[in-house]
Amino acid sequence: MVTKRIIPCLDVKNGRVVKGVNFEGLKDMADPVEMARYYNTAGADELVFYDITASVEGRTLFTDILRKVASEIFIPLTVGGGINTLEDFDRVLKCGADKVSVNSGAIKNPAIISAAAQRYGNQCVVLSADIKRVDGSFRLFAKGGRENTGIDALDWLEQGVRSGAGELVVNSIDTDGVKNGFDLELLDAVAQRCAVPIIASGGAGCREDFLELFRNHPAVDAGLAASIFHTKQVDIRELKQYLRQNGIEMRL
Amino acid sequence: MIAIVDYGVGNLFSLASSVKSLGAEVRVTHQAEDLRQATHILLPGVGAFADAAAKLQATGLVPVLREETQHTPLLGICLGMQLLFEKSYEYGEHQGLGLVPGQVCPLADDLKDPTLKVPHIGWNALDLTPAGEKDPLFKYIQNGEYVYYVHSYYAKNCASNTLATSEYSIPVTGAVRAGLVYGTQFHPEKSGDTGLRILRAFAEL
Repeated sequence: MVTKRIIPCLDVKNGRVVKGVNFEGLKDMADPVEMARYYNTAGADELVFYDITASVEGRTLFTDILRKVASEIFIPLTVGGGINTLEDFDRVLKCGADKVSVNSGAIKNPAIISAAAQRYGNQCVVLSADIKRVDGSFRLFAKGGRENTGIDALDWLEQGVRSGAGELVVNSIDTDGVKNGFDLELLDAVAQRCAVPIIASGGAGCREDFLELFRNHPAVDAGLAASIFHTKQVDIRELKQYLRQNGIEMRL
Repeated sequence: MIAIVDYGVGNLFSLASSVKSLGAEVRVTHQAEDLRQATHILLPGVGAFADAAAKLQATGLVPVLREETQHTPLLGICLGMQLLFEKSYEYGEHQGLGLVPGQVCPLADDLKDPTLKVPHIGWNALDLTPAGEKDPLFKYIQNGEYVYYVHSYYAKNCASNTLATSEYSIPVTGAVRAGLVYGTQFHPEKSGDTGLRILRAFAEL
């Protein structure tokens, strides 16, 4: 059977990996190519790169990094950040990305999802959403989690899947950076409405959080995290061995 | 020289890089002459079957592929493998190259467990058939190693040509062979070290 996936996420700004807590207070961590090599040997099932650079120079630097990573690391690469048009899809796919993650770009222009799915296939289009509870319901946030769109997040994701998104990254703002576990209530709610693979993001603090996620929420396919892997607070190989010992199918 | 057939579908960067990392000379090409000179041919592919089949036909390379596979090993990957079969039922009924007997059908119609998701995305274990255990393509592979899949259609009615399957409530065809024509539904160029060992074995055929 298909394994659950463990996915480290690298937020890249000006050629360096950074990761914030609750999306603020970025702290320089390391060189993205070095980190990608490390994660490849450590047993990561996939890598996600988010380009959080705003400048043109930063963007060029990012595509150079991506090309370097893709030319020596042969596991699936997902790339997001600043994806607004089909040209943006094209740019990162040509540098070796396998999947492209859209977030704010799809909020500004929802038609990008179906256009990209038609051109590159559903499997290539990952819809990523930053979600927070507002007055007891799940709301979709834009601009890296800073702006409430007022859109119901579950409706948004369901519509995204109908338009051709082949995978979802569900990022809970409420649990992000808190390291107290994934947002299981949110993930269950998404799984009820969407039949494509779901990648849980935000809140993992220890290996038990991943076990709880996969053991009791089988509709979730993958767990994504950043700083706990970057700081080696959780070692990926040890995590995967632990999960397998506890009956979760893992690639070792 | 290993030729990668470029017929305008998908992104060949990773495939070319993975083969280069083995130390092999690689040419991404749509020239018949390159295919004739090649020691090995890779046929990649992503997207929809009908579109890819039409684009491959439009290159005029199909007769060359038929001729060359009499004496040159070819490996079709993902949709590139599906194109090797007789027919596909992806949105209608479409002719394939017919180099491997069998048909390509929707996975969703045949899964025994309806809660499983389609596309079948992720790492799944290879179950080698007796023929697969003996095949040189898997000489560097242990039974049960994981490879990366992304697909919604799969090849069936091809048991006598099957080298490996992966379990997804049904045995999903993972690798096939007919003569020098090989195909993998999974992506060796995205399957980490396991995938590189499969590509190395292919390059040594």
